[in-house]
Amino acid sequence: MSGFAQTLAEKIISRHAGHAVRPNEIAVVRVDGAMATDATAPLAIQAFRAMGGQRLWDPARVTLVIDHAAPAPTERIANLHQLMRTFAQETGCRLYDVGDGICHQLLVENGHVGPGDLFLGADSHTPTAGAVGALAIGVGSTDLAGAWLTGRTWLKVPATIRVELNGRLRPGVTAKDLILFLTGLLGADGANYQALEFAGEAVRALTLAGRMVLANMVAEMGAKAGLVDGAGLEGSAEALQPDPDAEYARRLAFDVSALTPQVSVPHAPDQVQPVASVRGRRIHYAFIGSCTNSRLEDLQAAAEVLKGRRLAPGVRLIIAPASRRVFNAALADGTAGILAEAGATFITSGCGPCVGSHNGVPGDGEVVISSTNRNFRGRMGNPNSDIYLASPAVVAASAVAGCIAEPADLTP
Amino acid sequence: MTTPHPEPASPSGLAVLTGRAHVYGDNIDTDRIIPGKYTKTLQLDELARHVLEDLDPDFSRRVQPGDLLVAGRNFGCGSSREQAPLALKAAGVAVVVARSFARLFFRNAINIGLPLAEAPDHALTGAGPLSVDLEAGLVTDHATGRTYAATRLPAVMVAILREGGLVNYLVKHGDYRF
Repeated sequence: MSGFAQTLAEKIISRHAGHAVRPNEIAVVRVDGAMATDATAPLAIQAFRAMGGQRLWDPARVTLVIDHAAPAPTERIANLHQLMRTFAQETGCRLYDVGDGICHQLLVENGHVGPGDLFLGADSHTPTAGAVGALAIGVGSTDLAGAWLTGRTWLKVPATIRVELNGRLRPGVTAKDLILFLTGLLGADGANYQALEFAGEAVRALTLAGRMVLANMVAEMGAKAGLVDGAGLEGSAEALQPDPDAEYARRLAFDVSALTPQVSVPHAPDQVQPVASVRGRRIHYAFIGSCTNSRLEDLQAAAEVLKGRRLAPGVRLIIAPASRRVFNAALADGTAGILAEAGATFITSGCGPCVGSHNGVPGDGEVVISSTNRNFRGRMGNPNSDIYLASPAVVAASAVAGCIAEPADLTP
Repeated sequence: MTTPHPEPASPSGLAVLTGRAHVYGDNIDTDRIIPGKYTKTLQLDELARHVLEDLDPDFSRRVQPGDLLVAGRNFGCGSSREQAPLALKAAGVAVVVARSFARLFFRNAINIGLPLAEAPDHALTGAGPLSVDLEAGLVTDHATGRTYAATRLPAVMVAILREGGLVNYLVKHGDYRF
């Protein structure tokens, strides 16, 4: 396709534009799939109708997910859900209903997005699918409606930041700690308009779930997409690879061997410190959920910490598994039982507490430790609470200790 | 059901906009523009009532139609929620001036017909009045007489803004034709 060396993002865009593209040029591209949630689909449906839209360009490539306020906490939201169900029936698109799971998990889990795809999602964490080698971009409702109508969109070709993560993570240090560290380093707009490309032995050593954590939180640096270089990944023979001499806006390389568990402190995801610096901070509410960290391995990591232990007095632990499939797997292998035994409360698979919709709003003056991706003031529904972001293991350890802690801090 | 999309197309999409400014700082995220708990609605007046609530609880009462919003770096970071620019527009904000914008907010604002001016070097601190000339790429503070250069919008965004937003653009053109 191209006569010059390209990054992963440039290759995928070139294939979808029909010509070789360079960073910063504007390209019209075809899209392979489009997704919206109950937070964005109602506006998209309204925009689609206002555009004169009757039929979707390809109903098999359109996915709706009811996950942001599911089950509906109010009659108004219940009616927005009805609007989505009716639209899905009328147009023949796919709809995941209450309890099926979180959109980004469902897309990957069910193969609706794959290596080399150019995918649009009306949700800022759409880059999660970059873990399988897709260029997955978050857009707003009207852009999504435009894709429903035309099967295409326009974009500015992003420059790419290459991030090589070498060495081996210490036990208890996870993909979440890696991406929190990077977010702290690059800052909230450190990758604005750009794509991040992840490579290196520490990335190859991650599971798919771990790679999804990396791609997911590129949104917290303003990135348009995050992609995992498929080179050397087991089972990803068809994953694209960048050209060895591709040009990057920036190249970063780290040895991750010395990294310790990280935490974002109030009130922004890029305010990152080692857990050690806030150890002992009293917490009231621990949450394990969201498109970032609620997959089976996350629940297992929490169960490993909580096995044979109980929540600290005065602390509640809420868990929203990434999907029904994840929850069923956690039931089947005993993970859910261990967590429930320790005092955790399971809620519907979905986004609720992370976006402040319902199912776990903190009270005034309360401190939350959460496995999610954003701790903006008011994010979980109350501007008078503090949110710390950490890995599921650190969240679980903190729930036992009653204050911010690493698993190693707990008495056996 | 209220429609969030201006119709018919506003011919004044790129006119010189003059108004009183409300000035805020860096990294104003989408949760502070419109908290997630209020976004699940198609009622624009409801969005307008809660706009910037956690940043400046009085803003929705003070803002007048035609006012300008001024911010620092990375305005609108966070969510893809189009409700963020919609809430500002519904509250009467005519244009947002910032040193830089987060990419999702930037796109969403243009798509719903809310003009933006990225003025990387602006040092605006007062209520102005200010004028924003999108065509010329110029922000003028009439209180101090100082002017600041604004980055020109790419042609595609000018085309969308001229129609008052992406809905009207696609109604007219049927596809992306740049």
